[in-house]
Amino acid sequence: MKKSVIFGALTVAGMAAAAGVASAGTLDDVKARGKLNCGVTTGLVGFAAPDANGNWDGFDVGVCRAVAAAVLGDPTAVEFVPTTGKTRFTALASGEIDMLARNTTWTFSRDVDLKFEFVGVNYYDGQGFMVPKDLGVSSAKDLDGATVCIQTGTTTELNLADFFRSNNISYEPVPIETNAEAQQQYLAGACDVYTTDASGLAATRAAFEDPAGHVLLPEIVSKEPLGPLVRHGDNEWGDVVRWTLNALITAEELGVTSANVSELAASAGDNPEVNRLLGTEGNLGEMLGLDADWAVKALAGGNYGEIFEKNIGENTPVGLARGLNAQWTEGGLLYSPPFR
Amino acid sequence: MSDTTSQRTEAFVRTDMLPEQAPPATQTGIIKWGRENLFSGVANSALTVFAFIAIYFILMSSMPWILNGVWNASSIRECRELLEGATGGCFAVLTERWNQLLFGFKYPNDEYWRPTLAFALLFIAVAPVMFYKYLPSKMLLFTGLYPFIAFWLIWGGPVLAPIFGLLGFVAGYLVWSRFVANSFAVGFFGAIAAALVTWWVGGIITNSVSAGDTLLSAVPSRDMGGFMLNLILGTVCVSLSLPLGIALALGRQSDMPIIKWICVVFIEFVRGVPLITLLFVANVVLAYFLPPGTTFDLILRVIIMITMFSSAYIAEVIRGALAALPRGQYEAADSLGLDYPQAMRLIILPQALKISIPGIVNVAVGLFKDTVLVSVISMFDLLGMIRGPILASTEWNGVYWELFGFASLLFFVVCYGISQYSQWLERELATDHR
Amino acid sequence: MTTMTDPPQESFRLSMLLNDTRYRSYTFQFIALIVLVALFAYLGSNLVQNLRAAGLNISYEFLGEPAGYDINQRLIEYESQSSHWRAAIVGILNTLLVAFLACVTATILGVAAGVLRLSKNWLVSKLMAIYVEAFRNVPVLIWIIIIFTVMTAVLPSPRAFRGEDATSSMLLDSLAFTSQGVFVPGLVFGTGGLLVVLTLLASIAGMVFYGKYRTKKLYDEGKELPGWVGWAILIVPTILVYQAFSLTAGQVENRIIVPSEIAAADVSLEQFGERLVTDKTNINYCVVTDSTASALGKKMLLGLPAMELTNPDAVKMKSTRFFSMDDAKTAFAAGSCNMLVVPASEAANFASSVETGAVALATNVKDNAPIAFDTPYLANFRFTDGITVRGSLIALWFALAIYTGAFIAENVRAGIQAISKGQTEAAASLGLRPGRIMNLVVLPQALRVIIPPLISQYLNITKNSSLAIAVGYMDITGTLGGITLNQTGRAIECVLLLMLFYLVISLSISGVMNIYNNAVKLKER
Repeated sequence: MKKSVIFGALTVAGMAAAAGVASAGTLDDVKARGKLNCGVTTGLVGFAAPDANGNWDGFDVGVCRAVAAAVLGDPTAVEFVPTTGKTRFTALASGEIDMLARNTTWTFSRDVDLKFEFVGVNYYDGQGFMVPKDLGVSSAKDLDGATVCIQTGTTTELNLADFFRSNNISYEPVPIETNAEAQQQYLAGACDVYTTDASGLAATRAAFEDPAGHVLLPEIVSKEPLGPLVRHGDNEWGDVVRWTLNALITAEELGVTSANVSELAASAGDNPEVNRLLGTEGNLGEMLGLDADWAVKALAGGNYGEIFEKNIGENTPVGLARGLNAQWTEGGLLYSPPFR
Repeated sequence: MSDTTSQRTEAFVRTDMLPEQAPPATQTGIIKWGRENLFSGVANSALTVFAFIAIYFILMSSMPWILNGVWNASSIRECRELLEGATGGCFAVLTERWNQLLFGFKYPNDEYWRPTLAFALLFIAVAPVMFYKYLPSKMLLFTGLYPFIAFWLIWGGPVLAPIFGLLGFVAGYLVWSRFVANSFAVGFFGAIAAALVTWWVGGIITNSVSAGDTLLSAVPSRDMGGFMLNLILGTVCVSLSLPLGIALALGRQSDMPIIKWICVVFIEFVRGVPLITLLFVANVVLAYFLPPGTTFDLILRVIIMITMFSSAYIAEVIRGALAALPRGQYEAADSLGLDYPQAMRLIILPQALKISIPGIVNVAVGLFKDTVLVSVISMFDLLGMIRGPILASTEWNGVYWELFGFASLLFFVVCYGISQYSQWLERELATDHR
Repeated sequence: MTTMTDPPQESFRLSMLLNDTRYRSYTFQFIALIVLVALFAYLGSNLVQNLRAAGLNISYEFLGEPAGYDINQRLIEYESQSSHWRAAIVGILNTLLVAFLACVTATILGVAAGVLRLSKNWLVSKLMAIYVEAFRNVPVLIWIIIIFTVMTAVLPSPRAFRGEDATSSMLLDSLAFTSQGVFVPGLVFGTGGLLVVLTLLASIAGMVFYGKYRTKKLYDEGKELPGWVGWAILIVPTILVYQAFSLTAGQVENRIIVPSEIAAADVSLEQFGERLVTDKTNINYCVVTDSTASALGKKMLLGLPAMELTNPDAVKMKSTRFFSMDDAKTAFAAGSCNMLVVPASEAANFASSVETGAVALATNVKDNAPIAFDTPYLANFRFTDGITVRGSLIALWFALAIYTGAFIAENVRAGIQAISKGQTEAAASLGLRPGRIMNLVVLPQALRVIIPPLISQYLNITKNSSLAIAVGYMDITGTLGGITLNQTGRAIECVLLLMLFYLVISLSISGVMNIYNNAVKLKER
């Protein structure tokens, strides 16, 4: 009898733990739950990594927090779900997470075949190579016969095969599940080269004891537009995430920062677009099914530029320049559609 | 003649026994023991010398590392500075990340006492089962209550949930004991119905009441981690798979062909695939088989899969025990006029379970070891914590042996303890005279 | 009256379905069937709904599409443009390879430890007890990772082998232990090489047959045939065949052909080596598989001072593999490699036929054996040629072997202890020596007890080999259940195929076990 008692406990646990049956849409679910389930990496410094106390921090985390703030008014109302390259898509498809912000490359097949909706690009990236300086390699074309560490389940794996095949040089792939293990293998010399998104390489190198002993090769072998994604077919929710991201980008373009956002939102100013963004004019928030001041809450954690500088900018250990990720007004690719 | 004899008797005649002489030095004490056990023959001596050399090298390489270890530092670099080039372990990682190793990195810091208390209570709950000969059977009452207490302690949340969980069982049991005398079927299905009704009502009440204050703050399953997660998975899955395993074993022995084949297919299927593929199912496939929109916790999905896995193995152990019982036992039960459930409950299972205990303990130990596999599907159990957050951190990147050694030690202590218990129990249960 | 004594007419009542044991089993089975069907229907309808909602479908067409990724350890030909199906086959072969290696090693370890644990030597038996307990009680995944860490983090990287201050060097000039794997010489079977191997196999069979014949003769007629004949059958034919090829085909002379821009005609290999250093020319060696001359030429080249790893000016070298001499010649003529060994008779012709100009070196490469070693060497980054045993394979292989060996040791010990003491005593009273008691009396009986659990341990090894995923070994879980699943997103299909594969393996091993059990069942009379 006693054993079946435990079974009952589990059933209760199941009742307590299982989320309720989904209602109309993800937006309502999130509001009802009071928490946003956001899929992130298992740990990549600068993009999403838990600190010693288990608090998540990073560039992708910033996007999650902005969405949570816009929808729920509380940037901490996020449940971060660590996912690997293997589990991320199933987690999203099955509804375990509401959105995925895990430096995921926007590709045709993921969008069309796997039925996801990329809501935009939060980082324009490309696949690069990192080698120890004392190897004396200056170009990826010199890597003939090298052992290359790759994270499996990512587009980098396929790009790598294509790059070496088209240049007709041989290599030895070492497939690895997580960035943490790749870093250990690379440092131990079990592979000569580590390849992943250039931003990821910079972030990984930042965590090294001797970052100067390693160089990033000049070749960028692929386009990797990284962005948050949601399930296909739930357009209301997709809009919320898309426009929260756009709000972060537009805010930077318009000079709205975490420091002046409350001041600007207090009353309608003379810039109509800022007014529309911050809800002092028009009813954009209502159209999204959110409060009028949704963008104000989202921006409390900073606009795109602030999040970038705080987590991966040049003054952080990761030390990435804005480059392609500057505003279009400054020669970059960031170009948010207008708030109108 | 007599003279001569008498004269001879005058010579010294010993009247008392000579004290026993000490055996030759080569035949006593440590030398004798050594000659018999270590150096009896050329081959044996060679083996001994070889073994001594092996022990010497192992000790020489590990002792300085252990004795010279650094227990207080904030990073591997500080460790190296403190060691100044000498050999020594950097055990500081254990002290610094102690809580993370045991509880994962998301369990609220102020609540560590809860799982610790639950762990301590586990011993009290398990003791009457393990040492049932020596402890009053009233303690079993606590064992019955324990799952609900532990659930509440670890997960927290409204106290009503575990209470109603318990009430469901009580209701089921009451219905069972009221009706089983008339008809097994009525009792059985009645009990299930009663339990379900109680849980349903309880669910409604809990949901409407629980919004308010809770004594213990709720901790979501996702925040479980570290060795605690291994222990939770191990105990929960073993306890759940026991009844399932018994049912499957009985089903496989049954003479009802459909039920028999369902059980055979299930058991052989589960035993034929590695646990990792079942975990993949839990992780990436199971979601497709649930009603649209529902999601289970990953931990719950994993529990379901591991329980399925271990129940198939336990079923095989119990089947072996059932087959080992003499045919006469079954016939004796029949001749007493007992029906199937009574025969099983009163005659067959008590004997079968007794002889299958060592096998079940083996399965349990194997299962507990297998819980580290969840680290492969990105859960932060003990091994997942080590390979993920700790080794990836800038401070502790490169501290392999201390961490893996610690993990091995924890598992060794638990598994060795259980297997020693199993051996003790085997001796206890050996009622035949050999 | 009669109506009173007659048993009441049995008429079927609905309640009998529950209360009458004759019908109850039907009721239960019916309910079970309904529940089962309902469960499957429920899961199936959920699946259909979920797939429809996500716009997905179940289809195995992806197996035919190009995989797009590379696999490091492949036992059959595979490249990134091969299909997912072929990637799965590569994975299956890798699974079987590691399972086979681990089974053999675990058996050896387990039997040794099991026997030693029963040894009268106190120290040894205690040491074995420690081995068994320590390895049985720690999860195999931890052992895999620990050994993998040893292989990758503790062994030196290939970089440590190069330069004046090289901290590592190759063992016997042919073995390299590096963090990228262990590199051992491979075997090259030249002309007649296969014949030598076949002769050896036939000799082993011959020796076994002779042994059996000898025993039969001894038992039947009491005549003892000489034992050395068996050894002679084993050794003599192989040596004869080997020598025959060495003295005929092995006497063919070969020449090294290089482009005329990097060497003058008719210089010796040593002089050529010196020039390589001054010119800083890199070598791209055309290796012809199945050509011992090719392997030998490479070895002679690697022996030059110019190629020494500790030499800071050392010439860098790589090799390109060809399956036939003609392919290699074409590639050489096209300039895709700059060093090739050809038979001396063809050397002049071939050298003059190369349009860009080529010369033959004076040094003779004498292909003097049907079997040669293909030694690994340090190329630009890593060791190449020979056989690469990657760290992931070693970690998986040894961890599974050591872990399962501990279980097998316990099985062996139990098997030996299960033989009653009377058997040993009876054998001793017949005057048998201890070794013979073990071989003739105890082991044949113990094997009957040992082998069934041994086979289920083999099954465990095969299933545990799926933990390869933790160390990046590309077994079936790594290819089909790993990268293919990730890249195509076909989770259901991949996991189903994966389970099917393991199920087939398990069921076949169980089948073998049943056949064996029936074969050795105690023949009771």
